[in-house]
Amino acid sequence: MSDVIEALVEREYAFGFHSDLDTDLAPKGLDEDVVRLISAKKGEPEWLLEWRLAAFCHFLTLEEPTWSNVHHPPIDYQDMHYWAAPKPKPQLASLDELDPEIRATFDKLGISLAEQERLSGVAVDAILDSVSVATTFKAKLAEAGVIFCSFSEAVREHPDLVRKYLGSVVGYRDNFFAALNSAVFSDGSFCFIPAGVRCPMELSTYFRINAAQTGQFERTLIVAEEGASVSYLEGCTAPMRDENQLHAAVVELIALDDASIKYSTVQNWYPGDADGKGGIYNFVTKRGRCAGARSKISWTQVETGSAITWKYPSVILQGDDSVGEFYSVAVTTNHQQADTGTKMIHIGRNTRSTILSKGISAGHAQNTYRGLVKILRSATGARNHTRCDSLLIGPECGAHTFPYVEVKNDTAQVEHEASTSKIGEDQLFYCRQRGLTEEDATSMIVNGFCREVFDELPMEYAVEAQALMRVSLEGAVG
Amino acid sequence: MLHIANLRASIAGKTILNGLDLDIAAGEVHAIMGPNGAGKSTLANVLAGRDGYVVSGEATFEGVDLLALAPEDRAAVGVFLAFQHPVEIPGVGNMYFLRSAVNVVRAKRGLPEIGAMDFLGVAKEHMARLEMDPAFLSRSVNAGFSGGEKKRNEILQMSMLEPRLAILDETDSGLDIDALRIVAQGIERLRSPDRSMLIITHHPRLLDDVRPDYVHVLSGGRIVRSGDHHLAAELEANGYTSTLAAVPA
Ligand SMILES: Nc1ncnc2c1ncn2[C@@H]1O[C@H](COP(=O)(O)OP(=O)(O)O)[C@@H](O)[C@H]1O
Ligand SMILES: [Mg+2]
Repeated sequence: MSDVIEALVEREYAFGFHSDLDTDLAPKGLDEDVVRLISAKKGEPEWLLEWRLAAFCHFLTLEEPTWSNVHHPPIDYQDMHYWAAPKPKPQLASLDELDPEIRATFDKLGISLAEQERLSGVAVDAILDSVSVATTFKAKLAEAGVIFCSFSEAVREHPDLVRKYLGSVVGYRDNFFAALNSAVFSDGSFCFIPAGVRCPMELSTYFRINAAQTGQFERTLIVAEEGASVSYLEGCTAPMRDENQLHAAVVELIALDDASIKYSTVQNWYPGDADGKGGIYNFVTKRGRCAGARSKISWTQVETGSAITWKYPSVILQGDDSVGEFYSVAVTTNHQQADTGTKMIHIGRNTRSTILSKGISAGHAQNTYRGLVKILRSATGARNHTRCDSLLIGPECGAHTFPYVEVKNDTAQVEHEASTSKIGEDQLFYCRQRGLTEEDATSMIVNGFCREVFDELPMEYAVEAQALMRVSLEGAVG
Repeated sequence: MLHIANLRASIAGKTILNGLDLDIAAGEVHAIMGPNGAGKSTLANVLAGRDGYVVSGEATFEGVDLLALAPEDRAAVGVFLAFQHPVEIPGVGNMYFLRSAVNVVRAKRGLPEIGAMDFLGVAKEHMARLEMDPAFLSRSVNAGFSGGEKKRNEILQMSMLEPRLAILDETDSGLDIDALRIVAQGIERLRSPDRSMLIITHHPRLLDDVRPDYVHVLSGGRIVRSGDHHLAAELEANGYTSTLAAVPA
């Protein structure tokens, strides 16, 4: 047992390289001029600049939230860059023009964009620091009427759509980090599936923070019109750096009548070293609105990275008979902290939600599930089923569960189950007696524990998630 | 092939095995009986390499010092323990688990991997003989299995892993009469000239079906009596206390 704990504690990060890219940086610090600078750099229309400035004014009135179960030294918002872009600013006609260093960076991550395009049939938008550097498969998607591009491009090419939906699910008044993001967001992905279209392939965005002392603030906006459906995957990594870096993203999903959006995340930001030094602060606001009847939004997340994770992908179940789902695996080792969960807000009649959370802690890590199920008076016949399972590896870690329930309609049915277990000596010995090494046994037991969530991931990512879990828990170096 | 000399084991400061000697030759089947708490499971655990015991003395298998090996390396040498209480591993498919185990042990012996299809075929044959529904392959390891199903699953694993030294810890306990017969037949089938077996049991009943070459009584951390299967009948008739009192230990 102690060997496993040691391996966990000595876990190393496989994606910790950084690339020598010539980077265009805004000066450190945050004020109105920085907001204007970002907007100007991107050649944005007036309305968007105004929206940013309004968000910034609101941000100035807010204090950083302290209610979560995570602890960190105060973040100095003046001591980081809010804009970093690889120079020259890419305006690419095709992938062939991509800076070879950027190419190499993504290759190292195992995302060869060209290969992806040729072989995998998955469309990828890759975001390095603040700027989207390549979107594959554009032409094929356009044939189906699907728009999948960087956020900046969407602002240029589809301003009406962006203006209509931006901030409609997560307004800048929503919370501290959402306000910050709204003021300074740099880029992100935009995806629009028109009525009646099933997106012909998986869409995927890879985020990578490369520059030092830089915050990353991207926005993702996905709209599925009536009867449309899409499956979307987000992956993230960052180099190893001694200082903490802030990632404060906003993701908004909108599903109209009979539409469905499946959003999967495999998050592997740098978690910091074994002593808790460095690592990404991942403070993300993700929310979907089931605006239409019979619409469905499903969040699946595998969170293995970041020094601190603070995120609650949520669904507002507004349309009658709409469905919200949240499937989560959160792994924390060493000094990592995760405070994650979901909110399901039932407004429409016969709305249904399912929450399945699997938390795994090892070393000194703390893992918190925080969830809210809110059933409004209007939500006649609403149903929720929640299950939170925690797995502890070693004696010094912790798991915490905070399920909040508010029910204002007595026809609603809300069920909650929770369990906490330890990887037992018994299980390990049983596996080892059958010939498996301690590492293989641990990985097998943990993957078994996560099975129901992995089953929700698109096939090829389920395999990736298992591999990642293995790396996370075994100190293997890539 | 198995040679145990002066084996001592303690846990939490308490001595459980206290100078145990035992030799099992290739192809032999030995039964160990003894009162509850005598240390029978401890012996099985110590031979299989479970953590937590302070162990001294000697235990070799075909000259290999078992006590120096990690549990998985003992498995590779051919040690198999059918657990008294098999654990549940939720989410891990029984078939996947079994195939991983078989292939890892084969790899260590320099044998090629068995592919999924071939494996499935062989597994189904074994299961038919153990009267197990093939559906058990796609369920999680032991999860929600009844007591008897878990024990049959242990015999299935043993049949597939083809061990050189099989230790069965009360595999017959908690079985109904039909299950007992099936399990006994499963064990009997595995009897072979190059396989040694150590069967821990309370029930002479099992020993009618699987006739052991020797029966030993474990008490006070040692083997205090040895005999053939008649000893089992004697224990059944008179109980441990008077049987052991009858002979100067
Ligand atoms: N972890 C432990 N800590 C303390 N005592 C133990 C532990 N495990 C077993 N024992 C004790 O060792 C003795 C032998 O146990 P065991 O080998 O399981 O007996 P058997 O299988 O013969 O019934 C018992 O008295 C039991 O209570
Ligand atoms: Mg026992």
